[in-house]
Amino acid sequence: MDRFLFLTFDGLSRGAVYAAFALALVLIWRATRIVNFAQGAMAVATAYVAYSVADATGSYWLGFIVALLAGLLLGAGVERVVMRFVDHSSPLNGVVVALGLVLIIQGVLGMIYGNEFRPATAPFSRDAFEIGGVALLSRYDLFVFAAVGAVVVLLTLLFTRTPTGLRMRAAAFAPDVSRLLGVPVGGMLTLGWALAAAVGSLAGMLVLPTELGLNPTAMDIVFISAFTAAVVGGLDSPIGSVLGGLIVGLLLSYISGYLGATVAPMAVLALLVVVLLSRPDGLFSRSSKARTA
Amino acid sequence: MKRTATVLAAVLLAAAGCSNSGGSSGGGSSADTPGVTDSEIVVGTHMPLTGPAAAGYSKIAPATKAYFDYVNANGGVHGRKITYKIMDDGYNPANTQQVVRQLVLQDKVFAILNGLGTPTHSGVLDFLKTNRVPDLFVASGSRSWNQPDKYPGTFGFNPDYTVEGKILATHVKTEHAGKKVCFLGQDDDFGRDSLAGIEKVLGPVAAKQSYVTSNPNVGPQMGALKAAGCQVVMLATVPGFTALSIGTGAKIGFKPQFVVSNVGSDPATLAKTLGAAAPLLEGVVAANYLPLVNDTANPWIQLYSKVNKEYNAGAEMDNNTVYGMSVAYLFVQALQSAGKDLTRDGIIEAVKKGGFTGPGLVPVRYSASDHSGYAGEQLTTIEGGKAKYLGKPFRTDDADGAVEVYEQAAVAPPANGIPAA
Amino acid sequence: MTVVRDRVTTRLAVPTMRKQSPLIILVLGAIAVVALTYTLPPFRTYQLATVGAYLCVTAGLTVLTGLNGQLSLGHGALMATGAYTLALWQNKFNLLVVGIIVAILVTTAVGAVIGLAAARLRGPYLAGLTLAVAVVVPSITSTFDGTFNSDQGLSVVLNPPPESMTVEQWQAWVCWGGALLTVFTLALLTRGRFGRDMRAVRDDETAARLAGISVARTQVTAFVVSAACAGLAGALFAVIAQSVSPGAFPLTLSLFLLMAIVIGGLGRLTGALIGALLLVALPAVAHEIGEAAGSQRLEGNLALTFFGVVLVVVMLAAPGGLASLRIPLKKKGQR
Repeated sequence: MDRFLFLTFDGLSRGAVYAAFALALVLIWRATRIVNFAQGAMAVATAYVAYSVADATGSYWLGFIVALLAGLLLGAGVERVVMRFVDHSSPLNGVVVALGLVLIIQGVLGMIYGNEFRPATAPFSRDAFEIGGVALLSRYDLFVFAAVGAVVVLLTLLFTRTPTGLRMRAAAFAPDVSRLLGVPVGGMLTLGWALAAAVGSLAGMLVLPTELGLNPTAMDIVFISAFTAAVVGGLDSPIGSVLGGLIVGLLLSYISGYLGATVAPMAVLALLVVVLLSRPDGLFSRSSKARTA
Repeated sequence: MKRTATVLAAVLLAAAGCSNSGGSSGGGSSADTPGVTDSEIVVGTHMPLTGPAAAGYSKIAPATKAYFDYVNANGGVHGRKITYKIMDDGYNPANTQQVVRQLVLQDKVFAILNGLGTPTHSGVLDFLKTNRVPDLFVASGSRSWNQPDKYPGTFGFNPDYTVEGKILATHVKTEHAGKKVCFLGQDDDFGRDSLAGIEKVLGPVAAKQSYVTSNPNVGPQMGALKAAGCQVVMLATVPGFTALSIGTGAKIGFKPQFVVSNVGSDPATLAKTLGAAAPLLEGVVAANYLPLVNDTANPWIQLYSKVNKEYNAGAEMDNNTVYGMSVAYLFVQALQSAGKDLTRDGIIEAVKKGGFTGPGLVPVRYSASDHSGYAGEQLTTIEGGKAKYLGKPFRTDDADGAVEVYEQAAVAPPANGIPAA
Repeated sequence: MTVVRDRVTTRLAVPTMRKQSPLIILVLGAIAVVALTYTLPPFRTYQLATVGAYLCVTAGLTVLTGLNGQLSLGHGALMATGAYTLALWQNKFNLLVVGIIVAILVTTAVGAVIGLAAARLRGPYLAGLTLAVAVVVPSITSTFDGTFNSDQGLSVVLNPPPESMTVEQWQAWVCWGGALLTVFTLALLTRGRFGRDMRAVRDDETAARLAGISVARTQVTAFVVSAACAGLAGALFAVIAQSVSPGAFPLTLSLFLLMAIVIGGLGRLTGALIGALLLVALPAVAHEIGEAAGSQRLEGNLALTFFGVVLVVVMLAAPGGLASLRIPLKKKGQR
């Protein structure tokens, strides 16, 4: 029972990060019908920037803020310079370009920083509080929950309560009509990418201290878990992606805990196959129609 | 169709352009020995310079090279300077295949020296044997290197992991009698040989777990060891994973006595990887067979510090530096012993003849029937962030032989720091 | 190869393109390879063998992606399937030719399973699923470490080559034998009815369906064919390296394969050859540059970056990227 509780909290903590990451994927998917396969690499790139800043200034939080800003910039840049010019007549094109970006980012990071693992420090202690003799949550886990929760609330407010958010939704769902109504569709797309990349950077900053360290390929596996989370929740649904993230986090934690860590990637694949073939629009969608992109 | 023909023609031309005459290998005189000229000996190695297993190990080859540069600056060996080609394999057996072929077939090295890693080096044994390339002082304690009949040109360097397991387990048996002992090891010959040695002394351990270097998350394993109520955890881990295991354990409130294999125990590397959590290392027990880097009174460390300062750009020294230079010292000893007319068969005969004394606390075993490296180890513990030796060195075999104290004192280095012929 | 010639001329050239025989290429290729193995130094011959092994998988993949419009990031895993099958077979029976055939069959079976799922998915869903397949290799080898020996992998028992030739020559012959047969078979397949069906499905599924083509069956068949090629490539890699380990089939391998088929023009077997060459040549060149610059960091990363730039630039600059290869789609646009 102790072990179950521990694994549950551990899973929720990892799941929160997957949720944030999945949310970033969903943001871009809703706006452009592109799954940003470069999301992981972009997050790693901003994390490198963050740790460079933190090392230079001695302030983790300055680095943290720089990571989010760098995310905004990188997202906007990728949209303006590359993604805008992708021909969307085939859904493959966006995927291939994003994968190209992955290689470029990983290669450039490797050239600048080297491919060794660098320690990624956490801003809070990762020693867990013990409740009734069971180590449950660390300060760091609480920080993760708070950060992801804040992002979800802020994004919800943005999309439901602000004119900008409304315009972004309009630009995504009916670009032609929006353009006629005077919505700067291109600008909204850029903003969408920037926001998504910043959320991705946040997720990266949150997950890296729990892994072996900073490395150009550090987010590859995290990306696949997050992609699965987004698919489980339905690529179109932000709330679904949050729930999907928690589900994937819990699943991975239980599987690793009871069956062994090596089984986890197989479990992710199995979950992905089952969801894609049975409920392609996500577990929480009412319809189950198009699986095509 | 036409295009294909054009491309093929282009390939043919390009390839023909880079053709040059192949070299021969094997015995004969040094005139036709690959990698040996009157003024140079080219040797190569494969090391993890990048990736999750690179922590600490990436300092070994530069240290070896620094010692060679020191020897070269003092006239070389029999008038030949040593060129050391270092290839990064990222601890990935597939890369090792590639880079070792490049060293042997393209760069035509005389020998492979100190190739690092059990899973990585296992994969090139057959290739090196086919090409009759001396495979000296492998940086790993797998028992695979000690198969004189199957691989006559391969010799180990590290004490083998079974020997080490027996020595560490003997310490646990006397100092932690009656405690629950568990094991976490790498999922390959390293982990398996180590566990075999431990269980020879202690009997079956209470719980055992394994990890792979491609999956840097040991949370579940440490969780399971905690759940099993382990009081002593013996680690057969590379440095990155030693740090990860200790750090992850602390995160879930699990702080048993850790007893770590020599290959994963350099305190400087571990402290760097652990960062702020470095104090967790206090009291960790491990073992070593070379002088410790912080023992500044030791003449070997003084020699190595000098070489490091002059030829390694004053890089921060740790036990990996000591290791790398000790490998180089042994190789120079072997070259001296092989004589002026250097051939591949000659150096293998020289190593087989054995009798090398150097920085080690215990002797190396090399003989016609034994290709394993150092014969034993001495226990260490970490105090104030530095390793220090406990008691006396032990030696034993990889079978059921007893673990016994080795009494002979270590030798001092020659005055000029270079072994004589 | 003729089947996959210039996009503009494809439609016009259809009547003539069946006249030329891929047999000529088979013979020419064989002569070229044999000649090369007797002129090149051993390391170049070894690299030549590697190109041959890569060509098997890139040729199959370019047919799948270029002609049938399915993107797979899981072909690295399929290669691993072939490689491990061969290793296990060799270590038990040591019959190389049968072993290679068994490796192809097993990979084909695995490919059929993935292909069945893939036929129901499109675009990013398919890419995501196959990506998950690609990363599952080390997970399987460590979970069933009794069989696959974890990260350390297995060594492959091989009989020494005939006395008259060096190991490297023998490797090149074996690999290029496989590669040329693959290219020959694919050329025949794609110029026939199957090739027409694949293109029809890629260009417009609805139209293809109306024309009486079974879309799902065509897609699954295409996946299975390319899986068989990947299985052969994997088996050949196991032969060259005399060992298999999960590290030989990382995620980057699958991305590199994608780059290899994109750079030479999707759907062209010539492109697959260029891609295979680059996969071997570029990392070697990058190594030279890295060594010359004295920088360990440049080495692997230079090739990585270059491959990435190629992917992005080709997709952006070739008008319409992949879609520019789709003639009927263009026609639809013009209507």
